[in-house]
Amino acid sequence: MKKQKFIVEQQNSNNNNLFESLSEELIFTILDFLEPNNQSKQTKKSFSLCCKWFHALESKHRRALRPLRAEHIPTILARYPSIQNIDLTLCSRVNDTSLTLIAGAYKNTLRRIDLSRSRFFTGNGILNVAVNCVNLVELDLSNATELRDAAMVGVARAVNLEKLWLNRCKLVTDMGIGCIAVGCRKLKLISLKWCVGVADLGVDLIAIKCKQLSSMDLSYLPITEKCLTSIFKLQHLEDLVLEGCFGVGDDSLNNLVVNQGCKTLKKLDISGCQNISHIGLSKLTSISGCVKQLVLADGSPATLAFADSLSKLSMLQSITLDGCIITSDGLKAIGNLCISLKELSLSKCSGVTDEALSFLVSKHRDLRKLDITCCRKITDVSIASIANSCRSLTSLKMESCTLVSSEAYILIGQKCHYLEELDLTDNEIDDEGLESISRCSRLSSLKLGICLNITDRGVSYVGMCCSKIKELDLYRCTGVTDLGISAIASGCPDLEMINTAYCTSITDRALFCLSKCANLQTLEIRGCLLVTSIGLASISMNCKQLSRLDIKKCYNIDDSGMIPLAHFSQNLRQINLSYSSVTDVGLLSLAGICCLQNFTLLHLQGLSPQGLAAALLACGGLTKAKLHVKLRSLLPELLIRHIEARGCVFEWRDKVFQAELDPKCWKLQLEDLIQ
Amino acid sequence: MLFTQVTLINRILIPRIEFEMNPTGSLCANNWARSSSLVPPGNGLQTNLSLDPSSFFGVGIETPFKEINQPSPTQCVIPGESKKDVKITDQETSKLQDWDPSAMLNNLSFLEEKIHQLQDVVHMIVNKKFQPFEQPRELVTQEQQLITADLTSIIVQLISTAGSLLPSVRNTVANTSPLIGQLSQLRGINLPFGTGTSSGIQPQNNCENKLFDHSIQNDVPNKCEMEQNHNMEEHEHKDEEDMEEGENLPPGSYEILQLEKEEILAPHTHFCTICGKGFKRDANLRMHMRGHGDEYKTPAALAKPHKETGSEPKLIKRYSCPYGGCKRNKDHKKFQPLKTILCVKNHYKRTHCDKSYTCSRCHTKKFSVIADLKTHEKHCGKDKWLCSCGTTFSRKDKLFGHIALFQGHTPAIPLEENKGLAEPPDRCDAKENSTMVGSMNFCFGSNPSSENGIDNMMDVKGNIDDPINYFSSLNFEGCNFGAFNEFSQPPFEDSDSSFSFLMSGSFNYAPKSGGESCSDNL
Repeated sequence: MKKQKFIVEQQNSNNNNLFESLSEELIFTILDFLEPNNQSKQTKKSFSLCCKWFHALESKHRRALRPLRAEHIPTILARYPSIQNIDLTLCSRVNDTSLTLIAGAYKNTLRRIDLSRSRFFTGNGILNVAVNCVNLVELDLSNATELRDAAMVGVARAVNLEKLWLNRCKLVTDMGIGCIAVGCRKLKLISLKWCVGVADLGVDLIAIKCKQLSSMDLSYLPITEKCLTSIFKLQHLEDLVLEGCFGVGDDSLNNLVVNQGCKTLKKLDISGCQNISHIGLSKLTSISGCVKQLVLADGSPATLAFADSLSKLSMLQSITLDGCIITSDGLKAIGNLCISLKELSLSKCSGVTDEALSFLVSKHRDLRKLDITCCRKITDVSIASIANSCRSLTSLKMESCTLVSSEAYILIGQKCHYLEELDLTDNEIDDEGLESISRCSRLSSLKLGICLNITDRGVSYVGMCCSKIKELDLYRCTGVTDLGISAIASGCPDLEMINTAYCTSITDRALFCLSKCANLQTLEIRGCLLVTSIGLASISMNCKQLSRLDIKKCYNIDDSGMIPLAHFSQNLRQINLSYSSVTDVGLLSLAGICCLQNFTLLHLQGLSPQGLAAALLACGGLTKAKLHVKLRSLLPELLIRHIEARGCVFEWRDKVFQAELDPKCWKLQLEDLIQ
Repeated sequence: MLFTQVTLINRILIPRIEFEMNPTGSLCANNWARSSSLVPPGNGLQTNLSLDPSSFFGVGIETPFKEINQPSPTQCVIPGESKKDVKITDQETSKLQDWDPSAMLNNLSFLEEKIHQLQDVVHMIVNKKFQPFEQPRELVTQEQQLITADLTSIIVQLISTAGSLLPSVRNTVANTSPLIGQLSQLRGINLPFGTGTSSGIQPQNNCENKLFDHSIQNDVPNKCEMEQNHNMEEHEHKDEEDMEEGENLPPGSYEILQLEKEEILAPHTHFCTICGKGFKRDANLRMHMRGHGDEYKTPAALAKPHKETGSEPKLIKRYSCPYGGCKRNKDHKKFQPLKTILCVKNHYKRTHCDKSYTCSRCHTKKFSVIADLKTHEKHCGKDKWLCSCGTTFSRKDKLFGHIALFQGHTPAIPLEENKGLAEPPDRCDAKENSTMVGSMNFCFGSNPSSENGIDNMMDVKGNIDDPINYFSSLNFEGCNFGAFNEFSQPPFEDSDSSFSFLMSGSFNYAPKSGGESCSDNL
């Protein structure tokens, strides 16, 4: 009371706020500390709502911006004077006017602009930004599938550009890239993934003109060895991605002069290059002694000869062989050759045997990350040797290693205490295994999908011991009920994502418990038939961060669940309402969530075309709507076009109504499909 | 032939020699002495050997220099010789137009004397053959060459004299006689054949400076004339091809036909006498005639009209363009006949008709002959690889090689694509020039063949240090030379600059179509 009086007095005497006595520098320092915080968005918001002075200072201090809607840009620009980084990924419709405004407002400050999810701008807007924002260093134009070479002329005006992403700019050709090569001489990173119009000449010119390049992503470009000569002359190249470049092959690499350089190369990705065998690889890396990471997914078979080609790479730390045919000899040779391997990915490699894998892990005791997803031949033997050798493993992904028995997981829990990420989807793990694994107290991501043997008991162990869990996948774990979820909810306060889809015994009580997890962002309760609107309401009221919600086939959730959701979960971005009992009213109330971008509405019995039309009009920020195809004819064509012009993409699906299956029956069906 | 060679060499040498000679008068005099010493008459062999070009102008006959030098005929190549020509031609050009009977008489008597001289020489050679010692072989061949040269000069003289009698033919003479035609082409000046021989005799020592002045002044327009000719060739290259380079029929050796404009532009040339239907080819007409009765179906009627296989040598036909002032018009000073009717048609359409066929691809190029359009369309768009400097390439890799090589050059995106791209409204000030790049590049690219394209390139290269100003508006306007046609001819003081070269080009061209052609090129 005394303090309040004092403040009031102060205000009366000076007509001033006490906070205003704090200096700008001081507040800036405080704000700097708020920066790394995960919830800085909310914190900063509360901070700026404190008083006008704070509001003004926070606006002045703000460096990064991620506007929700392009319509707000004019007001945002007026408020924040010194933005360096503007992320427009949430604005699907960004037109040239918006870009012109941005360019005008942040002439000297803007350093980074991300337009990767935006459409409706043209080369003019880009030209404007490039010309005005002299300090622009990073520009992301990915997915701008409409942009042509003329727009690249605009990009080329950004002379200080260092990083440029042009992924999926399909209409850009060599000419446009040539302009960029000449204009943006300071480029350090360029990503041309899926720019299928760009070929040798453009890439060659980039490599000739931009000598500072250190990172190039040339995935899926129709390039051949012709441009590689100049690429390998780059003095600073560290990261080269040639994924899916089918034009590059052994024959051409034989003639290639790679002698000049690329000693600096650290990461090489030739995944999907079926024409490059071990011969080509050894050519490519012949003098690149310090390669640390090799991505060879979906490539040529990993044989003994292949492993030999890695012998010179003494610095190698990471190999990705996903989807390759691998021989035992090859795997063993990898074990013998590379001394300091830290990461190994053998996902979907047929031919990985217990013997070879055991040998490999026995040599690489330092292994931190191991991915043996779908290595269906391996058994307890491998897991035992992994657990015994690789004590410092932080990530183990072993989805669908179906031959591994439940005892093996006990071993993992006993030995690998540093595990942070564990993927046991579709395995035979049981409660004892989970009890053992719960010893891995650092675990932050645990995936137990389709593990039908686990029950509440096992999940409770996890909830009790693994307090750092952020991500938990219990997809189709039918043995898990409210008890298990409540244990998780009370034991894992940091939980951000939980998937309890098709855990049919889960009720509202589980949701009441989960509402304690204030950081919950993603909730998937698909097919939880017992969950009602009340449970969802408690989640909406407490989990303010909720951004993704899947309540497909929750038949008991209706409009009464939507109204609190619309009211409290203002951060909701994505929602799946298929098969639920939500009607026009619920959908229309959801339109009040300004963040809502993405909804899926299939087989909603209570939905009328009028209600849908109203909802579509009301959701201004919608970017994607998945609807049943028969609704299309019921909606006015003009409306569809209008919504599309606002930046929304319609996905018209023609799925038949599916009745829910028994979980056991579902798994049998799945196995049938696999075999 | 030797004569032409000599003048050619001299022409090249003139400017340099002028420098050598001016400071030292003695050297000059010596040179002159040598050259003129070959000429004096009645001096036996030496006189007869004198076949220097000036002799048939009557210059050498009474030269004041009596010094006798080496009799070597190679002395003819002395540069001083040609200066005489230049001087004479300059001074006599105006007199050429009117015919003077006394001059004609002079001419004839001179010819007579000349023939006598030649007679003497031949006589001497005949006599020599009976002498005991053998002459060196070289000398014999030289003598033969001299005689043939002398003979040709006499013939030429004769023709020109005859030509001066017929005012209408006079101009054609210069072009068609094998020697003089070439000469006049080279120099761009009509030679004063046979006229005013006496005036050719000048006190050469005194007029040296004057001579040089003349030659200097004369040189520049000549050059322009040459370029001009070159321009013409570009326009009518097809005709030239038909013409065979350097076909110079002697006048009178062919008959000149001139079709009327209506005749040239008529779509059909062969008409059915019965129904009046027109055809482009007589073969088609003959096929058509078969429908009019059996009498037209006989092999004789269907056969190609007989081609006058008669023994009498028929006069070659050459064609003249009906357009007054055209070089292909028979009244033109430097008339060049057209070889066939097709040539006439194409020439007339190309040069004197509107270009009504527009390329459907680029929409910029226009043609008056449909075949030209088709030829263009075959290649239109193939030169689509364009650099910001205005250079076009038919192959993309060549363009990229070019860009990789030169700093500051960028690939230029064609206009269609650039259409939407406008300059940001708030910072237009300093960059207007650079926005022009897109649109203007395209303009340049659309006529890769024109000489002006090259000129543009030169302009650009001058500015290359400042990449923003590649195409300053000034440069662009400067290219619109067509506008200058209205003005009087500027002095060609800096003939080296591309600028004046272009201007001269547009000026010397046929006056009426000059402006048009120039703007077309741009």
